[in-house]
Amino acid sequence: MIPLSHYLVLGAILFSIGVVGIFLNRKNLVVLLMAIELLLLAANMNFIAFSYYLGDLAGQVFVFFILTVAAAESAIGLAILIVVFRSRRTINVQDLDRLQG
Amino acid sequence: METVYLLIPLVCLAAAVLVGLAGQWLGRRAAHSITIGAVAMAFVLSVVVAVEVAGGQRFDGTVYIWAVSDGIQFEIGFLIDQLSAVMMVVVTFVSLMVHVYTIGYMHDDPGYTRFFSYISLFTFAMLMLVMSNNFLQLFFGWEAVGLLSYLLIGFWFERESANFASLKAFLVNRVGDLGFLLGIAAILYVFGSLDYAAVFASAPQHATETMTGILGSQWRWLTIICLLLFVGAMGKSAQVPLHVWLPDSMEGPTPISALIHAATMVTAGIFMVARMSPLFELSQTALSVVLIIGAVTTISMALIALVQNDIKRVVAYSTLSQLGYMTVALGASAYSIAIFHLATHAFFKALLFLAAGSVIIALHHEQDMRRMGALWKRMPVTYLTALIGTLALVGIPPFAGFFSKDAIIEAVALSHTPGAKFAYVVVVAGVFVTALYSFRLIFMVFHGPSRLSEDNRKHARESPWVVTVPLILLAIPSVLAGLVLVGPTLSGHLFGESVMPIDGHGINGYGATDMLVHAWVSLPLWLAIAGIAVAWILYLRSPHAASRIANRFRLVHEILIRKYGVDELYERVFADGGQALGRTLWKFGDRLIIDDTLVNGTAKLVGRLSGVVRSLQTGYVYHYAFAMIIGLVALMSWFLWT
Repeated sequence: MIPLSHYLVLGAILFSIGVVGIFLNRKNLVVLLMAIELLLLAANMNFIAFSYYLGDLAGQVFVFFILTVAAAESAIGLAILIVVFRSRRTINVQDLDRLQG
Repeated sequence: METVYLLIPLVCLAAAVLVGLAGQWLGRRAAHSITIGAVAMAFVLSVVVAVEVAGGQRFDGTVYIWAVSDGIQFEIGFLIDQLSAVMMVVVTFVSLMVHVYTIGYMHDDPGYTRFFSYISLFTFAMLMLVMSNNFLQLFFGWEAVGLLSYLLIGFWFERESANFASLKAFLVNRVGDLGFLLGIAAILYVFGSLDYAAVFASAPQHATETMTGILGSQWRWLTIICLLLFVGAMGKSAQVPLHVWLPDSMEGPTPISALIHAATMVTAGIFMVARMSPLFELSQTALSVVLIIGAVTTISMALIALVQNDIKRVVAYSTLSQLGYMTVALGASAYSIAIFHLATHAFFKALLFLAAGSVIIALHHEQDMRRMGALWKRMPVTYLTALIGTLALVGIPPFAGFFSKDAIIEAVALSHTPGAKFAYVVVVAGVFVTALYSFRLIFMVFHGPSRLSEDNRKHARESPWVVTVPLILLAIPSVLAGLVLVGPTLSGHLFGESVMPIDGHGINGYGATDMLVHAWVSLPLWLAIAGIAVAWILYLRSPHAASRIANRFRLVHEILIRKYGVDELYERVFADGGQALGRTLWKFGDRLIIDDTLVNGTAKLVGRLSGVVRSLQTGYVYHYAFAMIIGLVALMSWFLWT
């Protein structure tokens, strides 16, 4: 039987990949969205692992919710991406610095 | 009688308020009728009160309690005794004369009704001052006459010099008033009461109480109180070194100079010290200071009067010198004689001012004596009354000034107050100088060759009756007041217990006849006659002698012309010093510390800090995310390790 720690390590690795993807990605906004998906999947992985080991189904129910919200979020994210591209003719992360006001 | 006491000041107040508020609507005629009627009524009632008081009646009571705080009553009350009765008659009489005179003097002035309102209000304030039975009301009257003096000196407010003079008078008086206020505060602290009767009754018990000053020195409370009160008197009665405002106050209209700056307000300080005589009598030190200050004022101001050419200023410096005489009398503990001289001086000095005013109107506001001369033929009434006033001032028997001034000189000669010897020499020398400057004025204005301007040569003539009648009415007491009052004053009947009697001075019981006989073998009268003779030689017989003497003693002349440089000194030290201090505080305190450091400094600090923080705001999402992660990690490690 695979111990809990393996799942948690897998989750941590996924989360780290997601975080690093957010930091190191200087090019494409789509990659950013994918990295966010990875973060959510890492969270899901932890939920499922704990749910199984603790014998509590509520964790798996949470995962479904999170997946639904993630799908909606990426849909909105892609929509924003398209709007950004329309207005700025680029989705290069390096050029998107309007947040500094 | 209480109603009558209340009525005397209140009619003046009512007239002043009515004319002041509705003057434009009432018109000139109604304005002067109302105020003159009110003051005439106050005068008649004052005479009635004086007769009652002479019959032995005395009143000391509260009219209205304003507030009670910690057992101390703040109230309005009247103390009617011989002293206040004399003052009331003098004030209302001179005020009435000045009111009538004003009709002629201010005839074509646009501020006619305002002027009547002010002088009525002044009469009210002065009456409140002299009738008061407590220190609070005294202070109220004191400040009110100061305010009216300010308003009336600056009556022609479009003149810059008048504004300057009124401000100067007000500021110099502030110095004196501060001392006065501190004196009243000290009285409240030591005696726990503001009522005259209570304070005077317990004064001997507090006579030896002391306070510890700087460096452990011991000061008697009574000496401190008397000195502080006298600082107030110095301001109001224009004694050296707070005399500088009075000559400048001549910028006001002449009736004001007569009423406020000769007869009544400036004598408030003398009156106050006489009123406080039970306190002053307990402090030898204070009396000595009073004596010396008075003596210095007497001679120094009389000498300045010798070189002035403005007719009003000569009279003004003469007033200063005469106030010095009164102060000397106070210092010699001859309070009743001081008030006696105050009364006679009020009559003849008001007369002299009004006569000077009469000359000024006749010559269309020419005030320089070098452009007058030989006016006696053109203005006989003014000339005769002015001559009577001058003879009274100089102290020629039997005119009023002779008795009061001679009594002062005798009192000083017999006084044991430290400094009395010096004061005696000064007041005797003052007689000569007084005669010299007074007759210099008479000779330059009324005698000698005519130096009038072309225009005045044609038009100069006697003033209308509203001007000459007050002159004549004032000339009567200038002749008679001394003769009638000297006996009762010296025997102590006139003032009774209202001021400290002059026991032990050896001049009690002298009468008018004794003095008239004695005068011819005493020094002052011959000095006065010598002064007149010298004036005659210098200004009539050989007119160039005066300027030759001035050239010979150029330095002395220059010092006198510059008035000992006191004005310049004050201007340098206090006016410029005050400005420099203000500028320093403005530059360093206000602009550097408050504006630059505190107000703008805060804003600049925020700006600079936000400049630094701004560079953190790159706008890149991954930077923000990184910051979040770092924060999260930091928080978690803090959470885990503590």
